[in-house]
Amino acid sequence: MTRFTLNRRRLLMAGLAGLGMTAPGLTASFAQTPGPGGRKLVLVILRGAMDGLAALAPTADPLYTDYRGGLALMRGTPLAGGFTLHPALSTLASLWSRGQALGIQAIATPYRDRSHFDGQDLLETGGQRAGLNSDGWLNRVLQVLGGAAPGALGVGGSLPLVLRGAAPASSWSPPVLPEVDPSTVTRLMDLYADDVVLSEALMLAIETDLIAGDIGDDTGGRVTPADLASAAASLMIANDGPDLAVLELEGWDTHVNQGADEGQLANRLSELDAAIDALQAGLGAYWGDTAVMVTTEFGRTVRVNGGGGTDHGTGGAAFLLGGAVRGGDVIGDWPGLNDLYEDRDLRPANDMRSLFKGVLRDHWGVDPSVLDTTVFPDSAGVAPFSNLII
Amino acid sequence: MADDAVLNAEAGPADASEGQEYAAGLSVSRADMGLSAPPGDVSGAVATNRFGMGARPGEIETASSDPVRYLRDQVRASGGPALPELTGSKAAYRTVITYQEVIRRAQDGDYDDPDAVVAAAQQDLVRPRLEHTFARTRLAAMTADSFAERWVRFWSNHFSVSAVGGDMIPTAATLEAEAIRPNAFKRFDELALAADLHIAMLLYLDNIFSIGPNSPAGSTFGVGMNENLAREILELHTIGVEGGYRQSDVEAFARALTGWTVGNPRIHPEARWGEALFDERLHEPGPQTVMGVTYADTGADQARAILSNLAQHPAIARRMAEKLARHFFSDQPSKPQIRHIERAWRWSGGDLAVVARALASVPDAFDMAPVKFKPPEEYVISALRALDASMLSFGELMTTFQAIGQAPFSAPSPEGWPDDESSWANPDAIKKRLEYVNALARQLGGDGEPLMRGYSALGHRLDPDTELAVSRAESELQGLTLLLMAPDFLRR
Repeated sequence: MTRFTLNRRRLLMAGLAGLGMTAPGLTASFAQTPGPGGRKLVLVILRGAMDGLAALAPTADPLYTDYRGGLALMRGTPLAGGFTLHPALSTLASLWSRGQALGIQAIATPYRDRSHFDGQDLLETGGQRAGLNSDGWLNRVLQVLGGAAPGALGVGGSLPLVLRGAAPASSWSPPVLPEVDPSTVTRLMDLYADDVVLSEALMLAIETDLIAGDIGDDTGGRVTPADLASAAASLMIANDGPDLAVLELEGWDTHVNQGADEGQLANRLSELDAAIDALQAGLGAYWGDTAVMVTTEFGRTVRVNGGGGTDHGTGGAAFLLGGAVRGGDVIGDWPGLNDLYEDRDLRPANDMRSLFKGVLRDHWGVDPSVLDTTVFPDSAGVAPFSNLII
Repeated sequence: MADDAVLNAEAGPADASEGQEYAAGLSVSRADMGLSAPPGDVSGAVATNRFGMGARPGEIETASSDPVRYLRDQVRASGGPALPELTGSKAAYRTVITYQEVIRRAQDGDYDDPDAVVAAAQQDLVRPRLEHTFARTRLAAMTADSFAERWVRFWSNHFSVSAVGGDMIPTAATLEAEAIRPNAFKRFDELALAADLHIAMLLYLDNIFSIGPNSPAGSTFGVGMNENLAREILELHTIGVEGGYRQSDVEAFARALTGWTVGNPRIHPEARWGEALFDERLHEPGPQTVMGVTYADTGADQARAILSNLAQHPAIARRMAEKLARHFFSDQPSKPQIRHIERAWRWSGGDLAVVARALASVPDAFDMAPVKFKPPEEYVISALRALDASMLSFGELMTTFQAIGQAPFSAPSPEGWPDDESSWANPDAIKKRLEYVNALARQLGGDGEPLMRGYSALGHRLDPDTELAVSRAESELQGLTLLLMAPDFLRR
């Protein structure tokens, strides 16, 4: 199950081997011990606040169409509990029908204001308020796992806050500039012979690019979330590849002309859906051991604004999917639309940390007492969701 | 053929002796290239690379005659190298006000084509940052005073603000231009006052939301304090976590800082929108005790007096000496190096002109090997300088800086950008540098001998292995790329 093609990079590796250099593989920075049981975990962060009432619409709520007006869904996949999955999420719907996906409505971090940046800060640091913690909660998980910590990879940009901290984590992003001639790279490796830091870094970069495959480079085309997901999957299934990956998708801040079954938000959701499809395809046989958490910093206003969009809200939606997931339902509490938070937002009824804790405990076997203290400080009162994982 | 070259093993000298043999056949000699300094004299190369932002052609020669004086002459009372006239903080903040108004009206359905109106307001919002980024990059790439420019950027990172969130996007860049650059060689307490009470800092560290509970506004609306600015001044900007302050000091200082805000449409007349100002109506009345000293309620001057005293605290000399030594010399500077800077700081009472001049005489400063890994932005500047880049060649600057991981004015936290090798020398970052300089060399190449660039950029510091690899490159493009990615160019 590889996606290698005999491309220029492949030749480059052959060239390096011909010079008596052997690639150290991914072991140079990814930890060598497999992750807890080798089980894969992917966190997808939707930056900009995805409208949970559009993705996982409470169509059976009597107030839904009144509030949502022109943004109310006309189509979609009906789910148990009176919810409808947005029509753009067809892969997710198919996973749902196979019991491999679930949703949580009215979910929120402890954050109760409406700044993207502070909201994302809490989502990623797992703290009680913004600016309190400088490392990410996933990095703290890696720290407590110590020698058993899996390799961790941020895909698409520089290392996201959720992965930053004392434990090692790498990032990979597709090339944005034309590729460098293999001969130049070979000569550069030679020039780095006496510099351990530089030679290991360059070697690992080449290896990582090779495994990630030819995405985005030389074409000048836009790198889609599905491209990134494919690359992430390829890296995760490589020998000694990371078991933990974080993907970031932007463009969810739909203040104006959000659209309903079709339109701006539907396009974003299609891209998310394609990324899920690419992850599943790329992970192949590993899908059965995979859990994917899809989260955003907060939800959006229940009412539609004058510009056909929605504004920053509080309670949002999250998804959990993968072959390791016990899915098929919308779980958690549903507060209804008749008792809005501050008369504008979906009232937060479920804690984001309950989702994270439930997955970490049952998918990776992380000690619950550590989750209550180190990973999510002062959160003993926030119980994990149970029965998320097979 | 590129692929052929990969597959045959003649890409470089196999060992040192073979290297020396090749060296005898270099196409040009150092003397031919006008390196007049005797072999072994690396002082000009050190002055321009370790202290400055990399040598432009001819600069090593200029610096070699008296490298210490070359550095000290850049220390001027007027501040760091001057930028052209740019959008100021007040105008920058007004783009935020306009943007918020446009968003509100778009949400109310006031526009026929809301997407176009919002997009235009968005462009106005991001323009000041682009303008400042472009201007300061050009300045850094062209200036003959690149040590002074490094000094400005060090303090800009010390008083870090970041373009995250609507009001920071246009304003973050203005702090360096308005508060750091003109005060870079004044006393540290003067610099701290200018930076910490600049509108970008008041916005970034939330002081605009901090309202004294017993102030007229606080007692009417029941809004509260925000301690961020007070805490970060103590923890990051002045005495540091080891400095011995307590939570009660943070709270008292935060109370004194209430009232320092940014003129805005909700509570101020239009003429003052976007100004850093002291608004008595938000100020917590009463004396405040910080680090054992009690300050009477003198309004605006109460916070100024506290900040000024904190900035002259004895603990700062050591803390800043360490930070400066790590930045200019090595991730693990020697004790004598730190002590040298600390003495200058103490002796002068934190006079930054004296401290900057003292850097030039730090022990081993001209003798130690290049061990400090250049952070990405500085690396880009040094490559532009080495290739004698003109403004025309800067192209997609923001894309470049983002791709290599350090877009100006976007540090990840109030602590600023990291400054150590382990934060920057990671695989993806190295690969991105390689792709960037390869593209840059493609764009700027075509003017002859890559080896000449090596001599003009690194002088006698050019490593023989690098010299050989560049001279044996199969193309000019490859030679330039190898030079700019060589260990002796990545480090300084």
